[in-house]
Amino acid sequence: MQMYDFPDRNGHFGPYGGVFVAETLIDALDELRSAYEQCRNDLKFRTEFEYELKHYVGRPSPIYHAKRWSEHFGGAQVYLKREDLNHTGAHKINNTVGQALLARRMGKPRVIAETGAGQHGVATATVAARYGMECVVYMGSEDVKRQAQNVYRMKLLGASVVPVESGSKTLKDALNEAMRDWVTHVSDTFYIIGTVAGPHPYPMMVRDFQSVIGIEAIQQMKELAGRQPDAVLACVGGGSNAMGLFYPYIEDTSVRLIGIEAAGFGLESGKHAATLCAGKPGVLHGNRTYLIQDDNGQIIETHSISAGLDYPGVGPEHAWLKDSGRAEYVAVTDDEALAAFHHLCRMEGIIPALESSHALAYAAKLAPRMKKEQILLVNLSGRGDKDMHTVAEKSGIKF
Amino acid sequence: MSRIAATFAALAERKRKGLIPFITAGDPDPELTVPLMHALAGAGADLIELGVPFSDPMADGPTIQRSSERALSHGTSLVHVLGFVSEFRKTNGRTPVVLMGYANPIEAMGYERFAEAARVSGVDGVLVVDYPPEESAQLSEFLEKREIDAIFLLAPTSSASRIEKVARYARGYVYYVSLRGVTGAAHLDLGEIAHKIPLIRTHIHLPIGVGFGIRDGQTARDVAKFSDAVIIGSRLVQEIEESPRSRVIDNVSALVRDIRGAMDK
Repeated sequence: MQMYDFPDRNGHFGPYGGVFVAETLIDALDELRSAYEQCRNDLKFRTEFEYELKHYVGRPSPIYHAKRWSEHFGGAQVYLKREDLNHTGAHKINNTVGQALLARRMGKPRVIAETGAGQHGVATATVAARYGMECVVYMGSEDVKRQAQNVYRMKLLGASVVPVESGSKTLKDALNEAMRDWVTHVSDTFYIIGTVAGPHPYPMMVRDFQSVIGIEAIQQMKELAGRQPDAVLACVGGGSNAMGLFYPYIEDTSVRLIGIEAAGFGLESGKHAATLCAGKPGVLHGNRTYLIQDDNGQIIETHSISAGLDYPGVGPEHAWLKDSGRAEYVAVTDDEALAAFHHLCRMEGIIPALESSHALAYAAKLAPRMKKEQILLVNLSGRGDKDMHTVAEKSGIKF
Repeated sequence: MSRIAATFAALAERKRKGLIPFITAGDPDPELTVPLMHALAGAGADLIELGVPFSDPMADGPTIQRSSERALSHGTSLVHVLGFVSEFRKTNGRTPVVLMGYANPIEAMGYERFAEAARVSGVDGVLVVDYPPEESAQLSEFLEKREIDAIFLLAPTSSASRIEKVARYARGYVYYVSLRGVTGAAHLDLGEIAHKIPLIRTHIHLPIGVGFGIRDGQTARDVAKFSDAVIIGSRLVQEIEESPRSRVIDNVSALVRDIRGAMDK
């Protein structure tokens, strides 16, 4: 493959990405872009970031060969990239550490974030506490009700959690509200976006901070298996854990890149969050990408058992990787993800997040059809402790 | 000369400042939109900004968010909004109408189809909040071919080089956002407006309308000292929200007349 060099200087991945924001945010994004460009090439910043990832987050996260699970399939060997072992229990912290360091460099004493299930909110509140910053997290009021524990966790860490009552009262509305806060407090506030979406430079910056996942994986697979996997798999909501794993592999075309979306109750039911599989290109939250929308361009509410995948958009780089054919995108249902969740608990003693369980479910479909020498690497993006409530409820159990 | 240019030329000749009300199409319900537009024109509006409702109005405060939700609950789409303009044009060929909204409904319709439908309906200008000039060259071209003005925003945070850049693309008039915040916020800074508008005028030779945060006749009058027009949105939308349906037209007309009167004093 030729050299992959996206985005262009204006943040475009082919027709996707870009800066689709009101004039009121243009100056703030210009400031952010130039600050990030400086830091990205600054050895001191990178050293500091790497130090924090090692000593605070606990990196590198190991790769684990799930032998029992692989034997059960009788096909490909399944390896798991253990992002669930990071501090705060998911990959989200890689990005919030990076952005908080950048905020500190830019002299912004206040950080804000949007959150759906609360994982990115917790990761942001965590780093805000770590660096002594004021932190405000916007969360749809529906999600506040469903995720009381994470709300409390954020408050313990010193953050204020603002319930958002507008629109569908979920993640997309929390993002709208965070943008409104940013416009209003632009001089002292840094907006820590949690995924590879939003206006340029966010999709690129979040990808860069998350790409530590893929960079480590390339090294670890060489050591563990003596070669790179035949395919790498990751779940895709906004797509940050997938982008972090895919990006370092893009130019190695011997490795298939497979993103797994949430098919919810099934694509035909209309109740899903499979943006790339079933959406159409449009403009939302500052970038052009695939969206789940009606014929009039209004955004439709999505559904997934996993709150972290429940988003009507997707990072613009994924849109480009789909159209260019470099990555494949598929979707698995709530039920398939749940089955994989239980299976991994029993077979390997690992409780995966429901988000990551989507990627596991697709690995469970692929592995039996592959040869024993072949390798699948699944990004186990987070641990499932946060999902106890949802899973128990599905099994008819109340605490 | 376009309707927008003619309107500002006539205002300048009479040494008057323009009054630009904003309402969301389909709010409180679709049947009232065209009567409301006529009422605005009758009460002294020089130009009407008609909001195209969108599910995710990122730059709007709670008042206009709720108006979008009301309009969408009646199924108001971009096609309907264009229909309202056609209907309005049957008896009003004079008052310019500018569509204001977000990118995605236009993306879904397609640029050329939208531009053509806007021309046929009698739309004079289009302001898309989340299409800054660099992302809307293609749409601007389709609009320009049909003599529809692509209108852009400027903000307190817009630098001189940014103003210069926007100047290359702006048509019709420039919408200056008077504050750091969303529509309907209440911390308008007259000093900053007084400072920024002369800077804008050194780069852009178009009329300047000022909006966001103007809530009464006195503020409108103060802002009009520095600008060519005053844009009032959230305050009118609030009046629509708080009035019983049977009183909406009268109350909105009275408010616009009141502001007009304060500006012309």
